[in-house]
Amino acid sequence: MNQIHIDRLITIAFLVLISASTLRAQAPASSATNVDSRIAALQQQVADAKGSADNAWMLTSSALVLMMTGPGLALFYGGLVRKKNVLATMMQSFALMALISVLWAVLGYSLAFGSGNSFIGDLHNIFLRGVGLQSDPAYSATIPQQTFMIYQLMFAIITPALITGAFAERMKFSAMVVFMILWSVLVYDPMAHMVWGKNGLLNAALGGRFPTLDFAGGTVVHVTSGVSALVCAIYLGRRLGYPKQAMPPHSVVLSVIGACLLWVGWFGFNAGSALGSGGLATSAFVATHFATAAAALGWIGAEWLRSGHPTTLGAISGAVAGLVAITPASGFVGPMAALVIGLIAGVVCYFMVATVKARLGYDDSLDAFGVHGAGGTLGALLTGVFASSSVNPIFKDSQGNPLPSGVLEGNVHQIVNQFVGLLIAWVLAIVGTLLILKVVDATMGLRVSAEQEVQGLDLSQHGEEGYYWEGSA
Amino acid sequence: MARKVTIGRVRLSTRVSEDSSREIMTKIETIIQTSKLEAVKNALHEIGVEGMTVLEVRGHGRQKGHTEVYRGREYTVDLIPKIKIEMVLTDDMVEKAAQAIISSAQTGKIGDGKIFLSRVDDAIRIRNIERGENAL
Repeated sequence: MNQIHIDRLITIAFLVLISASTLRAQAPASSATNVDSRIAALQQQVADAKGSADNAWMLTSSALVLMMTGPGLALFYGGLVRKKNVLATMMQSFALMALISVLWAVLGYSLAFGSGNSFIGDLHNIFLRGVGLQSDPAYSATIPQQTFMIYQLMFAIITPALITGAFAERMKFSAMVVFMILWSVLVYDPMAHMVWGKNGLLNAALGGRFPTLDFAGGTVVHVTSGVSALVCAIYLGRRLGYPKQAMPPHSVVLSVIGACLLWVGWFGFNAGSALGSGGLATSAFVATHFATAAAALGWIGAEWLRSGHPTTLGAISGAVAGLVAITPASGFVGPMAALVIGLIAGVVCYFMVATVKARLGYDDSLDAFGVHGAGGTLGALLTGVFASSSVNPIFKDSQGNPLPSGVLEGNVHQIVNQFVGLLIAWVLAIVGTLLILKVVDATMGLRVSAEQEVQGLDLSQHGEEGYYWEGSA
Repeated sequence: MARKVTIGRVRLSTRVSEDSSREIMTKIETIIQTSKLEAVKNALHEIGVEGMTVLEVRGHGRQKGHTEVYRGREYTVDLIPKIKIEMVLTDDMVEKAAQAIISSAQTGKIGDGKIFLSRVDDAIRIRNIERGENAL
């Protein structure tokens, strides 16, 4: 009954439309202005259609990037810790989803993407003032500024969440909250502004002083978080019992699920960074995928040769290393360069966590530095080498003709700019993190007590357990 | 003749005769390879064993452990997963049960496990406070 009813309705609507358009076609084109106005209307419709397509992809990408933190990173990290810390570890990621969101609406977006100066934005957009449904052509002409704002928020969330891997199993929850608020404002927002913001010192798209190629956040996200993670790991000191006591992951199963969600979510992270749904998004999507695959093979190949087993944890760690390394390059390189970047990242990051970390003796519990710091730095440098103007003509001469992008195309100077970007990211991360750690340490203390650490953070910080034993009910 | 027994803080009144204390019961605790649980369970059911308690345990005898590698870090795992079966049997069942376990769990390699036998003084069925062999 219903079906027939709907069919009839559609038929009627169709007939009405046809007759209406016939009538309009028969109306004489009275003047040239009439034609002009109709062309203008048509152009507006085309622009609207492109805007809708871009907006659809950007909203999808925003959701994908949020999925990287929760459940992606929460599961990835949660599986790597001991059973008694699984909830506390997942809670750190989840709490940041809420905390950074509020901070972003109140202050963060304005500091990162307000006009400001070369180093930081201003306070014009606090409380999201003036951030509406109109687009901001400086960032993206086709999507509402609110879409841009919410998309960038997801990056602001995952970046501090990555750091939590370094101080896992020993930091007070209260101290983490304060540390992360300060870190987001003092380290993330300035770095995001310098690379992506208006007037930003390193902004390649908007004519910065040292144009650093960073498509989706190699320096902004991975170098800042990875280097800050190293500072945290060294400042807080090792976990009790490390490295004598065995602390293997309590569930690589959770980590595998988390890594798969990261891989999928990263398509939003990298392909979404095209800020539109056109060919550049496809190119970044493809490069991301191939680099990840090659990096997984690189890592398990290296460990297979060195210790005899291709491990599941190695495969997923390699994949994440590849995702990190391709992040700055994703919108500048083709698929073959992506394979090379991924393969190098997989092997290098394996040696960073398997040999360099052990030799230096710091306890970066979940290898936030070994994967994100090292992989991000490597990726930023390789971006300067492999960037191709045929993939993305980012640099243009005064006539608008594309100039060479990377070293392989003859733009040798680009490697210097990449170094400048990296240097600023490293220095900002080290100085900012150290300062914040000292302040938080002096005022409230960073580490849980030894008893609390032995008991586990699930119970001592949150009063609950990840795996409840029915017998104690 | 009734007697009073104290178990923990609960005083139980029993209706069992003195004779029951002369019944001989034996507890069998056997540790076997995890992969042999089904075979051992079936073999015990076949000879008429009616109840058992199975535990997942970790331990080691002479069998060496193994190493696991996580992100290049090696961990030696010397406590190996095993299955432990506990049951209390009347004396006439004990040899048959031991034979059933041996024939179903033996591979001839290190790590096959052990059987421990020990005397049990008494048993109580919680539901109706039957004592001794009747409680098994």
